[in-house]
Amino acid sequence: MARRLLRYGVLAYLAALLIVPVGMIAYRTFGHGLAPVVDALTSAGALHAAYMSILVCVLAVPLDVVFGVGAGILLARRRMPARWLVNSVIDLPFAMSPVVIGLALFILYGRGGWLGGWLAAHGIQVLFNWPGMVLATAFVCLPFVAREVVPVLEELGTEQEQAASVLGARPLQTLLRITLPAIRWALVYGVVLSAARALGEFGAVTIVSGNIVGQTQTLPLYVDEQFGNFNPTAAYSAGLLLAVIAILILLAMTLLTRKRAREHE
Amino acid sequence: MIEARNISKSFGDFRALTEVSVSIEPGRLTALLGPSGGGKSTLLRVIAGLEVPDSGEVRVEGRDVTRVPARKRRIGFVFQHYAAFTHMTVWDNVAFGLKIARTPRDQARQRVTELLDLVHLDGLARRYPAELSGGQRQRMALARALATAPGVLLLDEPFGALDAKVRQELRGWLRRLHDDMHITTIFVTHDQEEAMEIADEIVVINHGQVEQAGPPDQLYDHPANEFVMGFLGPVTRLGGELVRPHDIDVSTGRHPAASEAIVERLVSLGFTTRLEATLADGQPVTVQLTRAQAAELDIGTGDIVFLRPPHPAGAAAGLVPASRPGSARP
Amino acid sequence: MADLPVSPLGLRAPAAPGYIRTGASRAAAGLGPGVALLYLSLMVALPVAALTSTAASSQFLTALTAPQTGAALALTVAEAVATAVIDAVTGVALAWVLVRDDFPGKRLVNALIDLPFALPTIVAGLVLLTLYGPGSPVQLNIAQTRAGILLALLFVTLPFVVRAVQPVLLAVDREAEEAAASLGAGPLTTFRRIVLPAILPATLSGAGLAFARALGEFGSVVLISGNLPFKTMMASVLIAGQVESGDTAGAAAVSVTLLAFALVVIAIVTGAARRLARRHG
Repeated sequence: MARRLLRYGVLAYLAALLIVPVGMIAYRTFGHGLAPVVDALTSAGALHAAYMSILVCVLAVPLDVVFGVGAGILLARRRMPARWLVNSVIDLPFAMSPVVIGLALFILYGRGGWLGGWLAAHGIQVLFNWPGMVLATAFVCLPFVAREVVPVLEELGTEQEQAASVLGARPLQTLLRITLPAIRWALVYGVVLSAARALGEFGAVTIVSGNIVGQTQTLPLYVDEQFGNFNPTAAYSAGLLLAVIAILILLAMTLLTRKRAREHE
Repeated sequence: MIEARNISKSFGDFRALTEVSVSIEPGRLTALLGPSGGGKSTLLRVIAGLEVPDSGEVRVEGRDVTRVPARKRRIGFVFQHYAAFTHMTVWDNVAFGLKIARTPRDQARQRVTELLDLVHLDGLARRYPAELSGGQRQRMALARALATAPGVLLLDEPFGALDAKVRQELRGWLRRLHDDMHITTIFVTHDQEEAMEIADEIVVINHGQVEQAGPPDQLYDHPANEFVMGFLGPVTRLGGELVRPHDIDVSTGRHPAASEAIVERLVSLGFTTRLEATLADGQPVTVQLTRAQAAELDIGTGDIVFLRPPHPAGAAAGLVPASRPGSARP
Repeated sequence: MADLPVSPLGLRAPAAPGYIRTGASRAAAGLGPGVALLYLSLMVALPVAALTSTAASSQFLTALTAPQTGAALALTVAEAVATAVIDAVTGVALAWVLVRDDFPGKRLVNALIDLPFALPTIVAGLVLLTLYGPGSPVQLNIAQTRAGILLALLFVTLPFVVRAVQPVLLAVDREAEEAAASLGAGPLTTFRRIVLPAILPATLSGAGLAFARALGEFGSVVLISGNLPFKTMMASVLIAGQVESGDTAGAAAVSVTLLAFALVVIAIVTGAARRLARRHG
């Protein structure tokens, strides 16, 4: 029957492309038992890479939250000029290769760049250092919070905020008690998506970090380096760790979606 | 006393208000009445402080508050679409203003309990707005607006989004509430029946200007112009004058001041009967009769009748020179 | 307002409304948009402007006409087109099965569709190599081939079309389909005449996004492709290589070309999708 054929065809495609390969990396990782995996993950290089990944993620995601909520509040005001400009900038990272994003920052903050020279003169090192990695990651992840939050804020409108101000609330109180709670699920969703992307960001960070082992190397960079150095167990172990984190994030998103759907009933 | 003086406000190319002046007496229930887009909601929002006028000033008790932000004006505002805080329970919605004002906890609790009682939502305190009906949501919004004991209560088309039956109920209820509290209340409506039924004073606003202001009876009996007359009730044209269909005197006998007309149709509407006729010059005219009057006349389609306006002297069918515009009192 | 009068009814208004006159505290309101726009320009516009200016000031055409660059750009576009086309077909099929079919484990499969978005791209490449690389357990080694690149691109772009089509398919009027069937249309005719026009705009925009993503994809192809010049060198990998070897100007030229191409294609596809959607009502 046609329906069955389609169903199994589609599932076979998914299995070959997605499910079996992801399962395979688990198999390969533990091919020589648990000990080498533990050794690889507790090596100084891996631990520092994990630390850098978390650091960059923790610094970049709040930048995107501030931007996303700010842009959302701007766009929710109907009489906002330059609407299209804000909208296109939000979407720009989707159209840009991570490598290109990295290069743009590399040029801007490089020695001859518009900002790089001035910053270097004041002792601020952006490239080959965590600030550059945070900027690159924030750029790449820019759309996630904004895209989740903007439609919710637009739908919310300004009436609730006006009601709060008539009841005596100051602008900050209105933001904290009315606006942010009203968009909390969209915000959480956007943060989760951004965090997932930030932890896995590779291309942009490769360019701006210089991939200095033990200094600016994140987990994805560590995977790449170990694979290139013919140390597959280390590469697979770190890769599997990242894959497990991805699956946990996916699980969290599924639960969130369900919770959100229930609240909207 | 709330005074709006020479208020003008534009949104882009659209002039919402042009040099509008209104005074609102304390303790009264005032309706801002007019067609959609006429500027009445904008005037209400200017009084509330939600819009800053381009020119003109708002004075309360003689003080200029034009640039005082809404949160410092001590007003209660009820929005057309409720503006319920969707992520809060009914209780938290009503308690919001008290929390902002840092009212002591037990005092706030007592007050919210009283208010929920008053608006008959006492059993629904733990519900979310999404779980309420439209009428319940509107009552919650009212309780929320009253919680901080505002000096003025402003309502923007408060019953506009409700169905006819609930509307009717809430109208009577708002009037009783006002009679209990005597809080200065201004509400916006496009429904003349609603304004006539519950307001002490009506301000008719059209095209961003005040057409007339005064008590409902005065506006109905002595409209300042044809717009006010037409907006406040049914009208028909007889002998070049605008008259109320029920004020026309009908007889089958000729009369010097009467116009001759031919009966086109008689429509029975229960207690009343609508007589549709055509004057000699071809103009249609509508007359409202009681059923008893219609029976007494004993006429049918094609009969000739004689129609006389209410004031044979031709006193312009109740149209009087405009009462001082900008005043809610005659 | 702290000492609120609580009368039995608690609602009696104070005789005089307590309006307070204050100076302008609205200054903050005007500040918001300014700050956000400044933030935007610092974060996004300034880097992009710097990139464009570098590309423009170098010998743009010389950089682009280097044979290796031309080959990389041609390969990249070809791979991206192939990816978008295959995604359009498989994506619609997947969406169809997920919306209209029912089988045990459907919800799990539905959740798995998003995995490529959550999985770091370098891990995606690694994962594919464990199955289809050297020493493949299925005797299939596509490392350092163009087919390998296509596989990686299909992996990372899997969700785009599926997630674009799914909600539209859910909203398609089942009654219109039943009406078509009652008029004698077979399942294929019904799909072609009723369902396809409805989901075409979404398919197009999903494929457009997949194309843009494939055009710039780096992490998942860098391990698989082997980066052989004239054979498997993708544009993004070329740019990274140029940066590493100090040819920032050349990298900027290729980058701007790539970006311009992505923007033009997205604009065309979005416009077409919008026009189609309007026609379909």
